[in-house]
Amino acid sequence: MSGAEPFPEAARVSVRNAQLRSNLRHATHTIRAKRAKAVAELADWGRLRAAGAAIKDRTLRHLDHYLEQLESAVTAAGGQVHWAVDADEANRIVTRLVKATGETEVVKVKSMATQEIGLNEALAAAGIRAYETDLAELIVQLGDDRPSHILVPAIHRNRTEIRDIFRHEMGHWGRPAPEDLSDSPAELAEAARLHLREKFLRAKVAVSGANFMVAETGTLVVVESEGNGRMCLTLPETLISVVGIEKTVPTWRDLEVFLQLLPRSSTAERMNPYTSTWTGTTDGDGPREFHLVLLDNGRTDTLADQVGRQALRCIRCSACLNVCPVYERAGGHAYGSAYPGPIGAILTPQLRGTASALDASLPYASSLCGACYEVCPVAIDIPEVLVHLRERVVEGGSATRDGARVTIKPAKGHAAERAAMRAARWAFEHPRALRAGERLASRTRGLHPTRLPGPGAAWTASRDLPRVPPEPFRDWWQRTHGGREAK
Amino acid sequence: MRVALFITCVNDALYPGTGRAVVTLLERLGVEVGFPAAQTCCGQVQYNTGYRHQTEPLVRRFVDAFAEYDAVVTPSGSCAAMVRDNYPRIGQRAASEGRGGELTELAGRIVPKVHELSEFLLDVLHVEDVGAYFPHTVAYHPTCHSLRMLKVGDRPTRLLRAVKGLELVNLPGADECCGFGGTFSVKNPDVSAAMGADKVRNAVDSGAQVLCAADNSCLMHIGGTLSRRGGGPRVLHLAEILASTEGNVS
Repeated sequence: MSGAEPFPEAARVSVRNAQLRSNLRHATHTIRAKRAKAVAELADWGRLRAAGAAIKDRTLRHLDHYLEQLESAVTAAGGQVHWAVDADEANRIVTRLVKATGETEVVKVKSMATQEIGLNEALAAAGIRAYETDLAELIVQLGDDRPSHILVPAIHRNRTEIRDIFRHEMGHWGRPAPEDLSDSPAELAEAARLHLREKFLRAKVAVSGANFMVAETGTLVVVESEGNGRMCLTLPETLISVVGIEKTVPTWRDLEVFLQLLPRSSTAERMNPYTSTWTGTTDGDGPREFHLVLLDNGRTDTLADQVGRQALRCIRCSACLNVCPVYERAGGHAYGSAYPGPIGAILTPQLRGTASALDASLPYASSLCGACYEVCPVAIDIPEVLVHLRERVVEGGSATRDGARVTIKPAKGHAAERAAMRAARWAFEHPRALRAGERLASRTRGLHPTRLPGPGAAWTASRDLPRVPPEPFRDWWQRTHGGREAK
Repeated sequence: MRVALFITCVNDALYPGTGRAVVTLLERLGVEVGFPAAQTCCGQVQYNTGYRHQTEPLVRRFVDAFAEYDAVVTPSGSCAAMVRDNYPRIGQRAASEGRGGELTELAGRIVPKVHELSEFLLDVLHVEDVGAYFPHTVAYHPTCHSLRMLKVGDRPTRLLRAVKGLELVNLPGADECCGFGGTFSVKNPDVSAAMGADKVRNAVDSGAQVLCAADNSCLMHIGGTLSRRGGGPRVLHLAEILASTEGNVS
């Protein structure tokens, strides 16, 4: 996916898709309003949010310690821990573990980490079929599509489109949808239920991610709304969980804070419907084998950056996507990674680097309106990180890649902009020259074109230019209050 | 108290009427305003586009230009927010790069002095009714940086409600970004235009004769979109409404 086109080009296409715009507008505005209401119910939301940020920061500061504690606890409880430095290594580990069971099918719990590493594709290459069991992920998989939202991956689809996908594709993957399937939510859900039930009962291996890992007991936590995740977590004989190292929380008391922050921020629920927790393996109950694959894949590099590391606090609630005016119009696919929206715009260029044209364009996919920061339940100052990453793109500088300090060169294609910024800075350091320039613009105002060529066309394609006034403010001041400022 | 006007580079070159309105308004309220000619630009465009190092000389210039004043008033929410939120950050970053505490010290000196216009009127002068007259229906667009960085809250609408003859009407989706975003408007022109079109539709639906904001950069984008579309309200800076009197309506 990282070979995809830069954000502005992808967005140029999606903003013109009226159906997509309407689906996204309706969905994001609905969730946005519900979230605001759910959050407003808690008088201590601000303190809860500060606590969430502080717990994450403290954990990240001592992550080495908590990860070792987690590993010991998981191992003591009968699980096996594997360490994956990058996506390839994680995919190799999971493929090897599945092959060792002799199975060629796995059921999957909705997981961002496995999307990030492209696990389904890696398993397919090894002859293993992965079945998504989250309803929205199922829609995406059947439609040969990509998720466009963290919480509601099929947010870009409406009911009619979903009915068509179910009718045409379900049969190729297992139990087909009824011929006369309508687009009523109840019928769509029933078709998915019957289709998935067959998978749950047959599967011997499940793959999941996790929302949290409690270091003190080695307990993993999955937070979901459907119960499909719990089927995968309890029925199969082998469970493999791929989890980013930043998902660690030290204790159950810390977990309590996030189990309040997450549901209200993501689904606008007071309490999450299905919260599954498991600690290693238990005789006669649930999977007999449990593997935890701890995924780095750029996280340690991100942790090394003083400004950017706050992105690792993210609990994947999606509140920032649902309030983002850019996401609402561009859609999730334009972000070219598993992580769309404002959080994706700061996470992806840190996890993957800014070398590709797409990844270098992501920090600019924001008007810096700040709505994301306002709703973030762990107070990630997304605008601050966006600006910081813009600097990395245009000025280059020091960063950590693959565990080593490196000097990044400025990205290509910014030479003209850099020159313009330097020229502007020079003028701003020479007020007399600035004043002369302003005067010149005023005197020639009759000659100014209304449509600009080159980069200026990006403005005048949709907007008229402001008319240059006959007299800049400076001159008016000099004329009317002249000399007063001379102190 | 010595009060200076920070006009901002955009207002100086393109919207001098807003600057004249601030001067008129403050003088009417008995405040003597100074305009140090050494002022230029706060550096917001450079900073927000990723050129932090280019911003540093502008921080020094800004602090120097206003050194002799006790208060700096500016008719731009985003420029005030640039100073208040980002100057200290620029100082911290310079310090973390081993370049000492000079910029942090400069930021610490200037930040408490800088006031966005509505903050200055209400928090420093303690005036809500500025004696203005403006017989039109007005919708107020809060602008993101006034709303979320400065957190000016209802200050601008309190000022507007006190204006004689003015009827404040609701702007649907008021707190949504207009899509300007500085260089965002040209780096992501399609998304910017789509956001602008939605803001303009809401402005038209509000039925207002005038769309008001406290930041001309946003109004340049909204006004430019309105002008291309034709019809709808005209855009006007808060200062120009507050400066209007029965004898002289903007």
